[in-house]
Amino acid sequence: MTGVTTVESAVTALAGTPPLTAPPLAVQEAASWEPVLPGLIVLLPLLGFAINGFLALRAAAVSSAAVRSGSEWDPFAGAATPATHRLPTLVGPGVMLIAFVLALLNFIGMPDDLQEPVVRSYWSWIATGDLRIEAALQLDQLSAVMMLVVTGVGFLIHVFSVGYMKNDVGYPRYFSYLNLFVFFMLVLVMGSGYATMFVGWEGVGLCSYLLIGYWFSDREKSDAGKKAFIVNRIGDVGFLLAMFLIYQAFGTFDFGEVFAGAEGGLATGGATVTAITLLLMLGAAGKSAQVPLHVWLPDAMAGPTPVSALIHAATMVTAGVYMVARSSVLYALAPVSQAIVAGVGVLTALIAATIAIQQYDIKKVLAYSTVSQLGFMFLAAGIGAFTAAIFHLVTHAFFKALLFLGAGAVIHSMHHAAHHAERHLDEQDMRNMGGLRKYMPLTCALMWIATLAIAGIWPFAGFFSKDEIIWYTAAWAGAESNPFGALYAVYWGVALITALMTAFYMTRLMIMTFHGANRTGAAGAAHLHEAPPVMTLPLIALAALSVFGGWINVPEALQASFAGLFGALPMSEWLHHWLEPVTHAAAEIQVAGFGEAAYSAPLGGGEVTWALVSTVAAALTVAVSARLLGTRKYVAAAADSGPRAGLGRVLHDKWYFDEAYDAVIVRPLLRLSRWCWRFIDDVIIDGFVNTTAQFARLAGWIMSLFQTGQVNMYAFVLTVGVLLVLGTTVFLR
Amino acid sequence: MTDILFILFAVVAVGGAVGVVVGRSPVASLLFMVATLASVAGIYVLFEAHFLAAIQVLVYAGAIMVLFLFVIMLLNLGHDYRADLRYGSWSLLSLVVVGLTAGVLMQGFSGDTGAALLENGATVAAAIDAAVIEKGAVGVIADPLFTDYVVAFELMGLLLLVAIVAAVVLAKPRGAGEG
Amino acid sequence: MLTPALLLSAALFVIGTLGVIVRRNAIIIFLCIELQLNAVNLAFVALSRYTGIEGQLYVFFVMTVAAAEAAVGLAIIISIFRHYETVNVNKFNVLKW
Repeated sequence: MTGVTTVESAVTALAGTPPLTAPPLAVQEAASWEPVLPGLIVLLPLLGFAINGFLALRAAAVSSAAVRSGSEWDPFAGAATPATHRLPTLVGPGVMLIAFVLALLNFIGMPDDLQEPVVRSYWSWIATGDLRIEAALQLDQLSAVMMLVVTGVGFLIHVFSVGYMKNDVGYPRYFSYLNLFVFFMLVLVMGSGYATMFVGWEGVGLCSYLLIGYWFSDREKSDAGKKAFIVNRIGDVGFLLAMFLIYQAFGTFDFGEVFAGAEGGLATGGATVTAITLLLMLGAAGKSAQVPLHVWLPDAMAGPTPVSALIHAATMVTAGVYMVARSSVLYALAPVSQAIVAGVGVLTALIAATIAIQQYDIKKVLAYSTVSQLGFMFLAAGIGAFTAAIFHLVTHAFFKALLFLGAGAVIHSMHHAAHHAERHLDEQDMRNMGGLRKYMPLTCALMWIATLAIAGIWPFAGFFSKDEIIWYTAAWAGAESNPFGALYAVYWGVALITALMTAFYMTRLMIMTFHGANRTGAAGAAHLHEAPPVMTLPLIALAALSVFGGWINVPEALQASFAGLFGALPMSEWLHHWLEPVTHAAAEIQVAGFGEAAYSAPLGGGEVTWALVSTVAAALTVAVSARLLGTRKYVAAAADSGPRAGLGRVLHDKWYFDEAYDAVIVRPLLRLSRWCWRFIDDVIIDGFVNTTAQFARLAGWIMSLFQTGQVNMYAFVLTVGVLLVLGTTVFLR
Repeated sequence: MTDILFILFAVVAVGGAVGVVVGRSPVASLLFMVATLASVAGIYVLFEAHFLAAIQVLVYAGAIMVLFLFVIMLLNLGHDYRADLRYGSWSLLSLVVVGLTAGVLMQGFSGDTGAALLENGATVAAAIDAAVIEKGAVGVIADPLFTDYVVAFELMGLLLLVAIVAAVVLAKPRGAGEG
Repeated sequence: MLTPALLLSAALFVIGTLGVIVRRNAIIIFLCIELQLNAVNLAFVALSRYTGIEGQLYVFFVMTVAAAEAAVGLAIIISIFRHYETVNVNKFNVLKW
């Protein structure tokens, strides 16, 4: 039934927009709902990029003129800040606010009974042969949620950036990149096909590269940008190959048509769909930093901290999860891919969590925490709990953005302290912090909220989303005809342990940063201070979301059991119902293949039981580790060289992933390249070219011998030529 | 009669040509050349090309050869008896190549070359003869020259003008007439 | 009578060619070139008897070109003689490798 309607609407969509002559904003008859300016939501950040980019170019011109005249330009030296550094404050967050309001209007206005995505086609982007790609945006429940997250969290981070980047010379450049990023991210989540999505996919990769290497004069930071870009390319190869396969199988890139075709035309577990989904997963693993392509994300922390919050925690890195959720129909048709996606996710979650335990750089801890949480999302997407994946994506965006921005406030403060410290001070090393609660109590409190949220403690947002993932893993492990039931049970166990490790490393971060004795040094400590309101207000907003964000999807079982607590909520599992039109097709396929999900965990016990167990365990972990670590004496970074041996050392060195890649890929590649250079290029290619040149020179020398200057000689040679020509014509007649 | 005349002219022409090549003095070569040109003009007459025969004698044997003679005398080369023939292997090699060329040309011209030509040769010759009677020996050439080939003819005039200017400029002593 | 005329033309032509190759005196070389032109003229005239009056027209053109060439060529020879005091082409060999 569902398949039939999808096919019908796809056909009408095709017939309703004749090629090339389609009027812009062709209205699909399937939906009576009129979205509010969807194109403008996308265009506003682009407009911001254009304005800020222009200002950045102006600033660069002034700066380079100053450099040519031998001086250095400091835009903040004069009494009045120049316009190039004042206007982005208004433009950057301004366009985001308007875009957010528009997204909100669309979200509120979207009718509950909207079953099919509303597609707005603007122009025919590529029309060649049988291939027709529309530059089209689509609005449905999933893209509405993603739009809200991107513009909402994005707006808060833009505001925070105003304070954080206040005294940076590249202020307009920073905001132009940030706006451009939001533009591409919106294209990614609103594109109506894989091709459009790929535009956004590559665009956010570019912006990520630009922003990681934002302080490009620092070699290490620009290298980190390159690393991110290259690792992402590896994933993109997978995405591209998947797109080719999709085109081969369905002849189109449009989501609606692809899913309709897949539902009707592909066998469950077939080779085509498995190959497509595995290749898509490679792309997603690159973008979302899954093992083994996770190595770029921790290095990406070289960028400004708000960038880490926006791109490398809240939005861009979740693009892979979004893509898997968007392709839910394809994944539901490929159980092997599902098991692999879930396996990669749970492995990533575990490895990243173990590494996070032994890191000292505050942003590195958060980076590995992000990788770990992305692993949870992949686990959810892999087991077919797409709603849970999106739910965790949303709540994670809230609390991880809060954690990063809080860390940003800490670094901001430490930066001032380091400026005045008597010795060199790594402003991101937690060993140099300690006891910051006294100096920045508000940040401390807000970050504790986020910590409790990520640790999965009731009633914070992370509890509901993470618990849902773990519960669905257990439930699908028990599904009667799931061929990977035992594997899912293992996933469930590992996920549970990883959740507790999350609680531990986050507590460690908080204790090392905000509690205990201060290790900044007396000279520096005097300059520690709370961040300005422009930075703390976004934190407060995000903290509120971290507390209440989870209530959008309270499980039915919990609402029933704790009617007193959740009775005030209008309905349970709101997000689940909201996303139903997007996910129900996949859910039906999955139930048809695996049978109904079980309602008890592998070890027995229902959803409520395990929710209680996990929250109590997490709370205990936080409490115990806080007590244990609180009494521990940390020494400042200068006097400490980290764990010297054993497992701690391995974890501190990140399981030697970078070293392994260096030995297995980078150095052999370098050797191969050197060989190609020395042998293929220098000897063979250059040799060939040089030999040709030598031959031409030799031939020229020989021929020049005839250039004697003797007219008789020339006449003779001419005659010989005539003889040859004449002879051939006469005798070959 | 015609054949005897042809053979006579041919012998004189070839003899003159050989004399041009082997003549020691430029003046001698020149005179041999005049003999050749005159013989060729005679052969033109045998082919009923009376106008060309006249032109050959007037322009070639007369004007151009006299121009050569003027130059020889102007440069005082008349008594330059220094041998300037290249002898030895060079001449031998040249003889071989030139002989081969001659062989190829003979091969090309003899054989069945003219079979088709000779076939309708009688009608063409008759038409030319009729035209000559109608328009006169000059008119038969002038008619196509000033109608079908008038552009080429004008270009010839231009070429001669250019040649005259070039000759004046080149032959002018350096520095003379400047300014 | 066509073939004998053509053979005579070929004979005159190769003799002229030989002269161009073996003589060193620029004026003689020039004369030999004129001889080659004349040989071709002879072939034209002979063939015109069998193909049409155009053959004689071409002879007319060739003579014009020969006249122009003689004028310019002799001027060049005079010019060169002024410089080298000789018309021996062996001495004009600066244009070489």
